Amino acid sequence: MGIAAQHISKQFGGFVALDDVDLDVPSGELTALLGPSGGGKSTLLRIIGGLEEADTGSVVIDGTDSTGVPAQRRNVGFVFQHYAAFKHLSVFRNVAFGLEIRKRPKAEIRARVTELLELVHLDQFADRLPSQLSGGQRQRMALARALAVEPKVLLLDEPFGALDAQVRKELRDWLRRLHDEVHVTTVFVTHDQEEALEVSDSLVVINHGRIEQVGSPNELYDNPRNEFVMSFLGPVTQLNGAMVRPHDIEILTADALGSVEATVTRIQRIGFEVRAELQGGASQPWVQLTRGQAEALDLDVGSVVWLRPASHASTLLPVG
Amino acid sequence: MPSQLVRSRKARWSLRYLAIAYVAVLVVVPVGMVFGRAINQGGQAFVDAMTSPDSLHAFQLTAIVAGSAVVINTVFGIVVALLLARYRFPGKRLLNVIIDLPISVSPIVVGLALILVFGFRTGWFGPTLRNAGFQVIFATPGMILATSFVALPLVVRELLPVLQETGLDQEQAARSLGATALQRFRRITVPTIKWALAYGVVLSIARCIGEFGAVRVVSGNVTGKTQTVTLLVDQHAEQFEGGAYQLSVVLILFAALCIVLISFIRPAGARR
Repeated sequence: MGIAAQHISKQFGGFVALDDVDLDVPSGELTALLGPSGGGKSTLLRIIGGLEEADTGSVVIDGTDSTGVPAQRRNVGFVFQHYAAFKHLSVFRNVAFGLEIRKRPKAEIRARVTELLELVHLDQFADRLPSQLSGGQRQRMALARALAVEPKVLLLDEPFGALDAQVRKELRDWLRRLHDEVHVTTVFVTHDQEEALEVSDSLVVINHGRIEQVGSPNELYDNPRNEFVMSFLGPVTQLNGAMVRPHDIEILTADALGSVEATVTRIQRIGFEVRAELQGGASQPWVQLTRGQAEALDLDVGSVVWLRPASHASTLLPVG
Repeated sequence: MPSQLVRSRKARWSLRYLAIAYVAVLVVVPVGMVFGRAINQGGQAFVDAMTSPDSLHAFQLTAIVAGSAVVINTVFGIVVALLLARYRFPGKRLLNVIIDLPISVSPIVVGLALILVFGFRTGWFGPTLRNAGFQVIFATPGMILATSFVALPLVVRELLPVLQETGLDQEQAARSLGATALQRFRRITVPTIKWALAYGVVLSIARCIGEFGAVRVVSGNVTGKTQTVTLLVDQHAEQFEGGAYQLSVVLILFAALCIVLISFIRPAGARR
């Protein structure tokens, strides 16, 4: 069940968007496709939704082979970055669209749309036009519209990409809660690692048309398979030739086993966070501390300290 | 007003008078003269001009020719605008350029070109069509062709920017919600383009009814047979017959009606 995409390849002209990709999305989960722009994640989502055709490979949705089935018969909910609101229809008619196409009885449509508008907190806006809504409201409407047809899977393409930071954060929490209520198999594309880590049950990192790693957010953060996954999921610095997260470096005031001597070259405070840049042997690591930690160590430019990876730290030796 | 581009009072007034004089000399005075003559000749002359068999036939033929050309160009315009806005294909840029050609080519040239292709003695298709019992040149089909030709870009050029600006998102959303191509066209595309379409159609109607040059060449200009209102006005004027001014007044009033319609449609279109 869920979604199984196998051996998917896709080229645009000479550009390889996807190169023999296999993706399994477990039923009922919220999966994030994460990667840089142009990495192929949106293309993969559009192929699953039938909006794009793969050059090779097959897509099985909920146990039904959907390869070659046109989008309108896949029963897949799709949410677009720029909302794709039907501008000439009211919020109510937007959400009712899929049901009207399916020629459901009027009373049933009314009941279902009302229920969905309550779910996305837009019940007061039923008669408005999309142009009278804010970006966040439009995207919630788009979500209700996609859910109205009771899709087998819900696909979201950078759903919060066009919204400002504050609204994005709100909608993220809201999507997480909504998914806990509705439990529809959901795949969403994002290039924002924080969003992916925060919202998803499982994470698929895609780059250059290939899947780099699949796993739970914590698995990927703690045990990245390669440099790309490690640096894409969070901040990375180098200590003694190894890649390590800057908050996973211990600062000691005396030499200890496995530590490197370093001198503080710069200290920067960003809100509750302190960043210390250091010069240690051949590398210039930076360390992320809390304000309290920095004060306890009495760090200043010119201080000499010893650095070592914390005991739980994941480190990675860069290739080449 | 500080926002005005030209600050000098003198310059502003002289520009204003220049513009008014220009429009007066070119438009108001000549059109006014036509009205004046028509009114001077009295009500009976007007009634006669409207009800003579030649006039009635010319009105009828104009309606048929312009009506058909508008319908053809509307269908063609929608199809080509969708094609240009939504698909990539070899020759797209060339097609885009060719569509504008009819506006820039003189209608007389268009008429001659059509005779070269459809003329029944020496044309490419002419003899074949004639043997099949179908006459194009010196008959209604040729006049419809010529009129369609000169008004070709009007609908396309109105629709294309709207379609390009709207993009494919709504279509794709409708597709994922289960709408077939026909349902998407009816429920999404038509409501999106309806004002631009109305504007293009009104423009086409005005252009088609006023067409003279190309139609004159391909029609043969036979009174009571292949004479549209514009051709009849020309004949009346050339031969100092009555009716030219009265028919002109009708043409002017119709054009004015179109302009009023357009000005109603345009702000509605811009508001969206």
